[in-house]
Amino acid sequence: MIPVAFSYARPDSLESALALLAEHGEDATVLAGGHSLLPVMKLRLAAPEVVIDIGRLPELRYIRLDGDEVAIGAGTRHRDLEASDVLGAEAPLLAAVARTVGDPQVRHRGTIGGSLAHADPASDLPAAVLTLGGTVVLRGPRGERQVPATGFYTGMFSTVKEPDELIVEIRVPRTGSSGWAYEKFTRRANDWAIVGVAVVDGRVGLVNMGASPLRASTTEAALADGASIEEAAALADQGTDPTSDLAATAEYRRHLARVLTRRALTTAAG
Amino acid sequence: MTTSMNTTVKVGITVNGTETTADVEPRLLLAHYLRDVIGLKATNVGCDTTSCGACTVLVDGESVKSCTVLAVQADGQSVTTMEGLSPNSTNLHPVAAAFRAEHGLQCGFCTPGMVMATVGLLKENPKPTEREVREGLEGNLCRCTGYHNIVRAVLAASGQDPDAGQTTSVEADAGRSPAGGVESAPGFSTGSGA
Amino acid sequence: MSIMGTRVVRTEDPVFLSRGATYTDDLTDERLNGALHLTLVRSPLAHARITAVDVEAAREAPGVVAVFAGADIDLAPTLLFAGANPGMVRPWLATDKVRFVGEPVAAVLTEQPYQGQDAADLVEIDYDPLPAVVDPRAALTDEVLLFEEVGTNLAGGFGHDQEFDEHFFDGCEVVVTRDIVNQRLAASPLEGRAAAAVWGEDGRVTLWASTQNPQSARDEIASWLGIDAGLIHLIAPDVGGGFGAKIGADPEFALVVWLAQRLGRAVRWTETRSENLTGMLQGRAQLQTITIGGNRDGDVLAYRLDVLADAGAYPRLGVFLPFFTRQMAPGVYDIPKVESRARTVVTTTTSTGAYRGAGRPEATAAIERAMDLFAAEIGKDPAQVRRRNVVPPDKFPFETKGGAVYDSGEYAKAIDRVLEGAGYAELRAEQARRRERGDVVQLGIGVSAYVEITGGGAFSEDASVEVHADGSVTVLTGTSPHGQGHATAWAMLTSDRLGIPIEKITVKHGDTDLIPRGAGTMGSRSLQTGGVAVHQAAGELVELAKQRAADLLEAAVDDLEVADGAVSVRGTDTNVTLAQLADREQLKVDTVFDSGAPTFPFGAHVAVVEVDIESGKAVVDRIVTLDDAGPIVNPLLAEGQRHGGIAQGISQALLEEVVYDADGNPLTATFADYAFPSAAELPSFTLLDMATPTTLNPLGAKGIGEAGTIGATPAVQSAVIDAVSHLGVRHIDMPTSPLRVWEAINAARGERGAGSDSSEGAQQ
Ligand SMILES: Cc1cc2nc3c(=O)[nH]c(=O)nc-3n(C[C@H](O)[C@H](O)[C@H](O)COP(=O)(O)OP(=O)(O)OC[C@H]3O[C@@H](n4cnc5c(N)ncnc54)[C@H](O)[C@@H]3O)c2cc1C
Ligand code: FES
Ligand code: FES
Repeated sequence: MIPVAFSYARPDSLESALALLAEHGEDATVLAGGHSLLPVMKLRLAAPEVVIDIGRLPELRYIRLDGDEVAIGAGTRHRDLEASDVLGAEAPLLAAVARTVGDPQVRHRGTIGGSLAHADPASDLPAAVLTLGGTVVLRGPRGERQVPATGFYTGMFSTVKEPDELIVEIRVPRTGSSGWAYEKFTRRANDWAIVGVAVVDGRVGLVNMGASPLRASTTEAALADGASIEEAAALADQGTDPTSDLAATAEYRRHLARVLTRRALTTAAG
Repeated sequence: MTTSMNTTVKVGITVNGTETTADVEPRLLLAHYLRDVIGLKATNVGCDTTSCGACTVLVDGESVKSCTVLAVQADGQSVTTMEGLSPNSTNLHPVAAAFRAEHGLQCGFCTPGMVMATVGLLKENPKPTEREVREGLEGNLCRCTGYHNIVRAVLAASGQDPDAGQTTSVEADAGRSPAGGVESAPGFSTGSGA
Repeated sequence: MSIMGTRVVRTEDPVFLSRGATYTDDLTDERLNGALHLTLVRSPLAHARITAVDVEAAREAPGVVAVFAGADIDLAPTLLFAGANPGMVRPWLATDKVRFVGEPVAAVLTEQPYQGQDAADLVEIDYDPLPAVVDPRAALTDEVLLFEEVGTNLAGGFGHDQEFDEHFFDGCEVVVTRDIVNQRLAASPLEGRAAAAVWGEDGRVTLWASTQNPQSARDEIASWLGIDAGLIHLIAPDVGGGFGAKIGADPEFALVVWLAQRLGRAVRWTETRSENLTGMLQGRAQLQTITIGGNRDGDVLAYRLDVLADAGAYPRLGVFLPFFTRQMAPGVYDIPKVESRARTVVTTTTSTGAYRGAGRPEATAAIERAMDLFAAEIGKDPAQVRRRNVVPPDKFPFETKGGAVYDSGEYAKAIDRVLEGAGYAELRAEQARRRERGDVVQLGIGVSAYVEITGGGAFSEDASVEVHADGSVTVLTGTSPHGQGHATAWAMLTSDRLGIPIEKITVKHGDTDLIPRGAGTMGSRSLQTGGVAVHQAAGELVELAKQRAADLLEAAVDDLEVADGAVSVRGTDTNVTLAQLADREQLKVDTVFDSGAPTFPFGAHVAVVEVDIESGKAVVDRIVTLDDAGPIVNPLLAEGQRHGGIAQGISQALLEEVVYDADGNPLTATFADYAFPSAAELPSFTLLDMATPTTLNPLGAKGIGEAGTIGATPAVQSAVIDAVSHLGVRHIDMPTSPLRVWEAINAARGERGAGSDSSEGAQQ
């Protein structure tokens, strides 16, 4: 299967990418790693008229320390995250979560910016950034703004990002040696999560338990109030709204969320 | 660099060390560029959803699924397909030779992708464990072999002894019984030494 | 030392591993230069009336040469499988009605492949939806009819007219009955279907197609098109897997031939995976009711199997396969009373046919499940109950209550060996420890014993062996392979007799002009028919060579022997090479081997799984199999067949299922949704050997190709159930997905009145 025809541009700087985006507006779609966009274009579920390829902009591909945070260029590939010593030391959860995405070939192409922008409720990295308490840096014709991950998602496949904006950077706090864990439940190793639970520093994030990545806030509050792991984990599905599909019923997802949360909290507690 | 909007684009891709160029539609997938534009047919297309890995090639040395890369995205880059590994059929690249020695292929359809994924894997992890091999090939489906001999081939290609032992979490001695009515063939092994 | 039984690496591989194999879509034959590309517009609805088809916009699209709708095709709808209800005919492109999602409705021909989908999107079809019927039980009621004029959905059956005997289980202390599902599977060869056709000036068509048996495919296409089979030259290039789903021809192949003739140009067609997962024949798809009775000592006294099979929308081979299921119903057991029946109905789904095992895995799954249920009911070890009831070795040849005659078998020995090889006693001890501790990860052990039928479809096969003046050899065979390695094995068989190294032996197959007769590769038949035919041909060639050499060497035929490619007088240096003989006069033998009957390979498998009882997820830890298919020509190839089958068996037990929603929409139409394992979900396999020869052919060989799916599937399913049986679970349908396992545990707990909170499964 092949995409509907489109015209293509590969701007050689972030500035010209933004200019092209402003010029073509809703007709244009940004292509980063292409590993969410091209599959839907091949199935003809998306048919942009203009594709603006930002996948090779060097200024979007970096991982560096910046004060209390790690700053990650939006064009950083999953494989870069996975192999990053900086992340391994400063935000190991993110590197570990990246390692669970798809398969090696997917990780060689897919980018963290693309993953966050695509906002698939079953994707791993958005929940990881949310759990870490990260920030999404957007740039557009009206300048740059920083949106906390907690306010970034507005629903299934939708975010506060305007069509003429680009994600340029993702910032996550340095969690250093705090305990962390990621429990991803799949049938096959390279599948998307049926349910995923990320834990770091007392925060708990959920994958595929609603239209967008969620924090298990009742569990977090219980933990803060001194509840045991067992007690807190039993609340993990509160405030969630999981769907039913081939792999799981909503009820089963709720059950998994509780079990995986208990396991992740236990692992994180060391 | 392509900055202007175009409905056809000129691409230049180094394939197996040879420069190739063509005017193509931007939507042309790299897999089809390789197969139909420059006529290298080893790379196969086995699915529509980036699931099977039959189309795996190396782009600048990294394994990618060429059905999910536009040819124009690889403009100016260097692509290696299975044809680029071995000079000819009597002089096989070590990974290809290991696939043959271990019978790591049957119908052969997954094979070009499997071999290229293996080359990519061994570049990143030259001495993988059995588990790492299995996980390293998670993006490549084979319907014929059950992967047993593919895993052996990858271990062998990495210079390790594929008979050296398989790990199971349950400890029970699976000592092999001798063959029944006929002599067991020489060199018989199952890759599962107890 | 003889080459037979040695681990010879494949002669096919150097090309496959350097420039790659040549599948139908890879062909660069110059007759295909400028070929048109066929794109089929397929129905998005399961059951609907077609009220209008508008192809005008598509005709105007770039690169379009022609667009055809059903009304443009002057071929009568055809019954695709002769044994089925004769009114259930399939049109070449749907005209008045569609009967499954994926049924072809229009054909678009373009200069370039990419233009095809663009134009296909412009074909406008109006549908008036009709109710779908997906469940065979609903189809059986005939409330929704697929073929109104036929008046029933019943496509065929075996023993379906007779009533079951209501006293059948009288005298049994224990009777257990259960409805079970042998779910629908997609064969999913990595190469989908593909064909290319071009008509020549001589009025014949050359058709390249991805098929397991070119000769039968040729004959089928000829009969569908109403032309002489001699007009079709069918060539199967390299074939990227088949697993039964590429037996014979598909209607699309015939359409390609027809379009090429109509348009006077070469036409190529390569399906997409989404087309493949709705258009290619699917397998299994049986609902079964099993009932087993016996005494508390563990003797099975009576067994009943009731099969309701799903033919899909247009009946094909799937209508016949329950025949094998009934025939193999009693499995390896000597059961005094066995009765069975099978009914097959049409539903608004993809048609069914063979998938690795084709009717026999369904029989094995049923009887093995029944044995487990029976053993659980009487509280005995399932392996021992099996062993107690198997046919003893002194009863062969054994005529079963299923109507088969088993040629040879050592069933108890197979079970003993595999239990020993797996360390069964220690596994049970480990299981007990985990249960005792209340571990979250429980151990399940599944045992299956099986006997199957190979070479069951066609008993005869042609072979020809010719030695050339340059010392090379050409072997022609009617068993055209698709990954099994016949080119290597057949060369070994020839080399063994002629003493010519396999490097000099070329095995040709898959070309109907070169090899007009042949039954192909299916039903694990190749070695025991085609291979034996080659063995026989090479043997006859030895005799022919000796006769010719006798004159030349002035020796008695009885004093001659053939070794190292030469005929020599025993004990002397006097010899003449086969090449020299060929130089004087063509040295070639054509032969036919007919086994007259099928063989019955057998074995036993042990599966060890770990089940996380909180999440319900099962992981296969170990598979130990003993598969006895008689003497093995090339263990490397035989093991490869076993490995592949085991993986598919595990996959059916744990992962795979073609799913339709109530409206007949396929939910598993891509490889993202239709899940079969990657390397990461499987362990390495432990294979044990035994070789009990058959007397039905001179090699003593039986078939090995389907052992894995037949033996491993029930072993793995049983292991998953076993892992949670202490919680009260007796049965879980395949695939035993985490969701199903979790639900089964909950249901069992509910029945036991534990009423536990679903969130916390077990104590850590
Ligand atoms: C087989 C397969 C398996 C996968 N499995 C998983 C999995 O297990 N878990 C998981 O999380 N993901 C999985 N993915 C998705 C993968 O991680 C994608 O790469 C990722 O979701 C998207 O990143 P991308 O760079 O490829 O984005 P693209 O596909 O290039 O773009 C995706 C969307 O984001 C927009 N976009 C991209 N970059 C930016 C930017 N900088 N600013 C604004 N908008 C932007 C695009 O316009 C597009 O709408 C899988 C993908 C495949 C093909
Ligand atoms: S063809 Fe590329 S992943 Fe299947
Ligand atoms: S060898 Fe056939 S798919 Fe792998």
